[in-house]
Amino acid sequence: MNDTNTSIRSLLRPAITSAVLFMLLTGLAYPLATTAVANLLMPWHAQGSLVQRDGQVIGSDLLGQNFTSPRYFHPRPSATQAADPADATKTVAAPYNAELSAASNYGPTNRKLIDAVAERARAYRSENGLAANALVPVDAVTASASGLDPEISLANAELQLPRVAAQRGLPRADAERLLDEHIAPRVFGLFGVPRVNVLELNLALDALARTGNNGIKS
Amino acid sequence: MTINILYFVITLACVTALAIPMGHYLAKVFTDEKHTLPERLTYRLLGVDPDRGMHWSQYGMALVLANAAMLLLGYLLLRVQAWMPLNPLHLPGMSPDLAFNTAVSFVTNTNWQAYSGENTLSNFSQMAALTFLMTVSATTGLAAGAAFVRGLGHAEKPELGNFWADFTRIVWRILLPICFVLALVCVWQGVPQTLASDAVATTLEGAKQHIILGAVASLETIKHIGTNGGGFFGANAAHPYEDPTPLINTLHILSMLLIPAALTVAFGRMLARDRQGWVLFGAFFVMFVGFLAIVYPAEQAGNPQFTALGVDQHISATQPGGNMEGKEMRFGIAGTSLFVTTTTAATTGSVNAMHDSLTPLGGLVPLGEMMLNCVYGGKGVGLINLLQYAILAVFLIGMMIGRTPEFLGKKIEAREIKLVMLAVLAHPICILGFTALAVLWPHIADSLGNTGPHGFSEILYAYTSATANNGSAFGGLSVNTPFYNTTIGLAMLIGRYGTLLPMLAVAGLLASKKTLQETSGTFPTATPLFMGLTVLVTVVVGGLTFLPALALGPLVEHIAMLHGQLF
Repeated sequence: MNDTNTSIRSLLRPAITSAVLFMLLTGLAYPLATTAVANLLMPWHAQGSLVQRDGQVIGSDLLGQNFTSPRYFHPRPSATQAADPADATKTVAAPYNAELSAASNYGPTNRKLIDAVAERARAYRSENGLAANALVPVDAVTASASGLDPEISLANAELQLPRVAAQRGLPRADAERLLDEHIAPRVFGLFGVPRVNVLELNLALDALARTGNNGIKS
Repeated sequence: MTINILYFVITLACVTALAIPMGHYLAKVFTDEKHTLPERLTYRLLGVDPDRGMHWSQYGMALVLANAAMLLLGYLLLRVQAWMPLNPLHLPGMSPDLAFNTAVSFVTNTNWQAYSGENTLSNFSQMAALTFLMTVSATTGLAAGAAFVRGLGHAEKPELGNFWADFTRIVWRILLPICFVLALVCVWQGVPQTLASDAVATTLEGAKQHIILGAVASLETIKHIGTNGGGFFGANAAHPYEDPTPLINTLHILSMLLIPAALTVAFGRMLARDRQGWVLFGAFFVMFVGFLAIVYPAEQAGNPQFTALGVDQHISATQPGGNMEGKEMRFGIAGTSLFVTTTTAATTGSVNAMHDSLTPLGGLVPLGEMMLNCVYGGKGVGLINLLQYAILAVFLIGMMIGRTPEFLGKKIEAREIKLVMLAVLAHPICILGFTALAVLWPHIADSLGNTGPHGFSEILYAYTSATANNGSAFGGLSVNTPFYNTTIGLAMLIGRYGTLLPMLAVAGLLASKKTLQETSGTFPTATPLFMGLTVLVTVVVGGLTFLPALALGPLVEHIAMLHGQLF
């Protein structure tokens, strides 16, 4: 018994010192050194890939943002929420809230999920002038995992393209060329999924509108 | 479809190829007799003699005390967050039960999170409390793994090595250098690393978007290298800032499997039994591929209810198809499925998709992997868990052929088997016991995000994840309540130390035994046959216990889904 006590006492100093020492080393020195080097070498990436237009931050290249106007391509459904301004104990839907990433967490047999998908499919068809029985790409009617998914599938973008082009009075061929330029392919032809960054595409559409249709090289 | 299979094959080939050099390096670190300068300075500060061998009980005691001190420090830092620097958003300190749950969670390598990082933790806490606890918990597991392997190699020498030396070396020589380099690669692909806490953007449609930022890359890297899993953000690795590109997604997957896979090679090296190491690697690999072969087809097939609504879930050149609820476009079904299989295999618990929204059979895979807890497994402990089943396999074979069982030249006798069974049983008792308690607890249904069999799966998943020290969740469950914070905290402690300490004792007992010469009567354990038997024992002994619970959750939900039954 005495042996165990001495043994524990002799372990106390290294135990306590190691906690403090490794906190300083791995909790402060390591992240701070990484921050210093990262900001020296890649400041734009290290600070969140923020995109500016006319000197104003309009979002992050990596985060989705909400688009509802028919003149823009629309992102995937987002399940993020925010505190209800009327009652702080409740939450209300707030798509693409970058303060609090979240998903629906609905299971596959949850009635709320199936009802939500049915409603989104109906809205998608009517927005884009599709037939009532037209197939809708799955990413257009399902909420992403982060609620901040910046990208949509090519199938989804192609179905939205006629609407966006018509709303902007843009020739279909120009819109298609713009879309083609914004397809992110698989990395090394292997990793990931071919996809379109909605914010980048919408920014390009706006840029085209500002410079006139000559802004795009044919 | 073909390209997705090719993606799996190439990634797993990379895992295997990386395991060899990394395994050799690990073996060198664990057996090196020299100490580098930073290590010598560390020993002086700690006041320890790094060359003094420790008996298993001393090793275990040092491990537990060091972890207790770290737990306490982490708890304090979370409680006093309000007075610490780098907190411009003025986030308050955590409540006592949440701080207890979080500190336990990170020190046991679980990384269960009953909160969302972005609205709860300051940049300072993310670094000084979480990044710190993540690194030291990974170090602890790896040190225990090293000690265990050393014990198997010793003959009539009960020491397992020196805990402080193992701990110090793993931090200085393995985790810090790898994490520093990988963190910069993450930043290059877009993972933020800044002391700023936020940015405000005005979107193209004129809305305000408040973006949370911070030292994400340094946390993200140790999270995967250390198979920790706790996210900077609520959405974890599904958040584009944590996992911005398919390339980083693959890198995260490789990071998670790097050390658990390499440990089998290091095991072979340290015991001069390379073939035995590959047999263990093979057992891991076979189970991993088996689980991947369940989750990928299940997710790609999608949800039949969606199809009935005219939703196109077919894979094509223009879309990934499948069940995309709770998934991110850049990963698609393949990148998500491989991540799901990896994160619960390596007991990381980081998620790049919401497991609550997986199809029933897809959700069965992470549950099953955590129940077995040895498909690669966490830092060090995965190897220990597999060896526990290997010892059990040897014992069962010995019973069948009527010989004294031997493993690695050591006689396996009653005391070892009792301790092994203690470790094997602690796991299901903890999971099923707490699940049973929770479903009987008053008003527990209020915490469920989904009802019907899926609701049961949410509770089962929570305690499985905690006990397996995984940390992923069926996120629909509202777990930030005193009941869950306390019981899940206890489950994490039982799951961690209830298996680690008995197995260290087994290593200590084996270390003090003679190493026997192999004879023609010895059952050879470095063969594919033994690999198959180990997998079989793992699945039967480890898995069968859970079959009734799985039948009540995912299996019945699968049948309900096929019949269009909603809840």
